[in-house]
Amino acid sequence: METKKFKNVFKQGPISSDFIGTSIAKHQSKTSIGAHNIFLGQVRADEIEGKMVTAIDYTAYEEMANQKFHEIREATFEKFDLTCMHIYHSLGKVEVGEICLFVFVSSPRRKVVFKALEYVVEAIKADVPVFGKEIFEDQTHQWKQNT
Amino acid sequence: MQLTIKYFGMLAEATSISEEQLQIDTCSVAELLISLKKQHPKLSNKDFKVAVNQELVAHDYAITTETEIALLPPFAGG
Repeated sequence: METKKFKNVFKQGPISSDFIGTSIAKHQSKTSIGAHNIFLGQVRADEIEGKMVTAIDYTAYEEMANQKFHEIREATFEKFDLTCMHIYHSLGKVEVGEICLFVFVSSPRRKVVFKALEYVVEAIKADVPVFGKEIFEDQTHQWKQNT
Repeated sequence: MQLTIKYFGMLAEATSISEEQLQIDTCSVAELLISLKKQHPKLSNKDFKVAVNQELVAHDYAITTETEIALLPPFAGG
């Protein structure tokens, strides 16, 4: 079976604000950029049948997911005039209030980054095999489903 | 031929395994699923998609070579 190596989008645990800040700072040398747009997915404390979600434990079909992230990246560069794009997704346990998805798009002009970011995030939600176990305060769980 | 079947998320929980090897003759995805559901009755009421070598396929897809089959429950990325 042919196996291609794609960039690994996954990070173990939550994505820290330090990591996000450093990522922004790294773009100061890319002076053709005039606009960045960032999406941060945060784990929400949903209440389901009287029980509060306290964390989501993420797993993925990693090989396929990284391939899908690669395809989304290629399609986005094809559609939009972007200078660069970065995607990071958590694996493992992410507590409520912590960041589980970080998408960062940059372009010379602002209008394109608004459209591109929405396109990327919606494609991730629909096409990437990532699975989320919502853990409640009493340690029971249910499986999350994107809507 | 030998197939590797991978289970994820709620399906790994339902079958109590994340992966298994299966010796099987050429078959369609639908035929494979009948056999897997017989082996793991808890799969019967679950909603999932099937990927063959990391590409989603329809149930009439014919499995003819050694492949990696993945059963994928609803996605929850982001």
